[in-house]
Amino acid sequence: MTTLTATRVEPQKPWKTTPKQAIPNFLMLGLALIATIVVVAVTPMKGKLAYAFLFFVFGTSFQMFLTWRKRGKAAAVDTFAGSVMMTGGILVFLPVASLLWTTIAKGFKGLGLHVFTQTMATTSYSDPLSKGGLLHAIIGTLYLILIATVISLPLSLLTALYLTEIKGRASGFIQFLVQAMSGVPSVVAGVFIYAAILLSTHLRGSTFIGALPLAILMIPTVTRTSQEVLNLVPNELREAGLALGATQWKTVATIVVPAARSGLITAVILGVARIAGETAPLLFTLGTTDKVNWNPFVGGQNALPYYVWSGLRDGTEGGVQRAWTGILVLLIVVLSLFVTARVFGNRKAKR
Amino acid sequence: MTPVDGFENSNKNNQDGEDMSINTANQPSGLANVAAKHAAQKQPGNAPLGSGLEARGIHAWFGKHHALENVSLDFAAGTVTALIGPSGCGKSTFIRTLNRMHEFIPSAAMAGEVLLDGKDIYEPGTDVTKIRLQIGMVFQKPNPFPSMTIGENVLSGLKLAQIKSNINKDDLLEECLTRSGLWSEVKDRLGAHAGGLSGGQQQRLCIARSLAVNPKVLLMDEPCSALDPGSTLRIEDTIGQLAQTMTIIIVTHNMQQAARVSDYTAFFLSDGGPGQLVEVGPTNEMFSRPKDERTENYVSGRFG
Repeated sequence: MTTLTATRVEPQKPWKTTPKQAIPNFLMLGLALIATIVVVAVTPMKGKLAYAFLFFVFGTSFQMFLTWRKRGKAAAVDTFAGSVMMTGGILVFLPVASLLWTTIAKGFKGLGLHVFTQTMATTSYSDPLSKGGLLHAIIGTLYLILIATVISLPLSLLTALYLTEIKGRASGFIQFLVQAMSGVPSVVAGVFIYAAILLSTHLRGSTFIGALPLAILMIPTVTRTSQEVLNLVPNELREAGLALGATQWKTVATIVVPAARSGLITAVILGVARIAGETAPLLFTLGTTDKVNWNPFVGGQNALPYYVWSGLRDGTEGGVQRAWTGILVLLIVVLSLFVTARVFGNRKAKR
Repeated sequence: MTPVDGFENSNKNNQDGEDMSINTANQPSGLANVAAKHAAQKQPGNAPLGSGLEARGIHAWFGKHHALENVSLDFAAGTVTALIGPSGCGKSTFIRTLNRMHEFIPSAAMAGEVLLDGKDIYEPGTDVTKIRLQIGMVFQKPNPFPSMTIGENVLSGLKLAQIKSNINKDDLLEECLTRSGLWSEVKDRLGAHAGGLSGGQQQRLCIARSLAVNPKVLLMDEPCSALDPGSTLRIEDTIGQLAQTMTIIIVTHNMQQAARVSDYTAFFLSDGGPGQLVEVGPTNEMFSRPKDERTENYVSGRFG
């Protein structure tokens, strides 16, 4: 009879590669590095790109050889696929990282508290960077996002509900329209509002007019994402609601939409991401100002992307530097909006 | 294994099959039946003991596919009827015609009458939400509402059907959960999310949810097929107790379950064509001396 001893058992991960097992892999990578350097030295292939490409080729083939010797052909193919995917991941990540890095590196120079508290009302591009700020453009961008969301969110949500819940006769046609709308270039939306409103009435460009083309751009994105999310809500939940004697509207409002809540927040975030950086439609519709304009219906407005555009168009050293700062501030504003939406959405869902 | 309460109860019902209405007059003792009392206040003279349901000449189609042919079945008030038969014989289709859930499938069509208290539920001008309020349904897969807590799930029917009532919500909550056999397990975490319950608990939560609106008839479409034997027994126990106040129709693939819980059993079969009702009778007869040879083969496990 065995006696039970109270030995303490540590949690282990026996499936993990031990350092000893990893040595051959590192050896192969080292060999690949040496081979790359040698090939670059003796052949006419030169430059960073040659290093990266050759290292990928040698690294992958050496690793494949190793797995093929140890575990056979299928495992070698597996290694190859894994290596290709990892390379693909790096290729996608690099431009994003480079973009972020460039923006931060170049924009950081002009950053300071004054950027968030001052405007360009009494400052010109040639003034020192410590003077003048983006407050007017930040307020303009937040206004634009808010108004465009207020206009497009109900329309998009109702359209998505029509397409997923009611599935009425016009579904096919509306689906087609939504798809066509998502292909509309942003400048066309801007020209449309310009022609439809500014040319045919006495109205002048303002925040509200500027938000209209953005709403047009936002609607297809939010509609299609909401539709995907609503389609993920299991049909059993709808049936359960209806079987309890609910009308379709009650079922949708109390069961389907709350169940899709987190996804619907994502839909709005994607919609905001779509419009936050739009410049082209604002050129015709926003008017312009260098001061803070709290009135969204009267008077010109500024926006971060618009500010960036005018800084670059100015072309002076100060203008370009201020444009970089504007891009960085736009990134900060959009990211903090997303984080707020996520946190707010999750907290309310948990209760 | 000791027989559960519902087992004894349904056996008793079985023996005096004809006299069901007297048997069902026994109110569940102990707990105040809040929901039933509430219904009685609303409709004086209509005792909340469940209602009889009569299906007359039901046909069902999906597009051109004829799924169910000429099924006529009577469900007496306060009885438990099991629908058995191999997959694809139209049991689920049939049960879904009984509370007008069939019509949610876009290609669906049907013919025939379903009489609830003598009134056809398919009559033009009938308020379909009122029908579903009286004929509740428990589905094969437990489907609690994920965005609601356990308590909210149980009471969701009141909100969904927009029932304005002055009954005490806490009492109703406790009563429904007790009747579905879940109260002792969840009474300390009514505010927790329903997703954290086990499959069997979720299904009993779904039963509690359908009880809160006080249905006269409860349709159960293979309610135990996704559950372990322990949860299955608990739900069967629950069915036995519920049968005292409502009419229950249950689809099941489990022959022992049909024998344990039901007063009557109906056998459906499809021989390649549309599903048909082969035979219906008191459960003990259906399992001991069925009239039709096909029923005999099925219940004895020789095919299906």
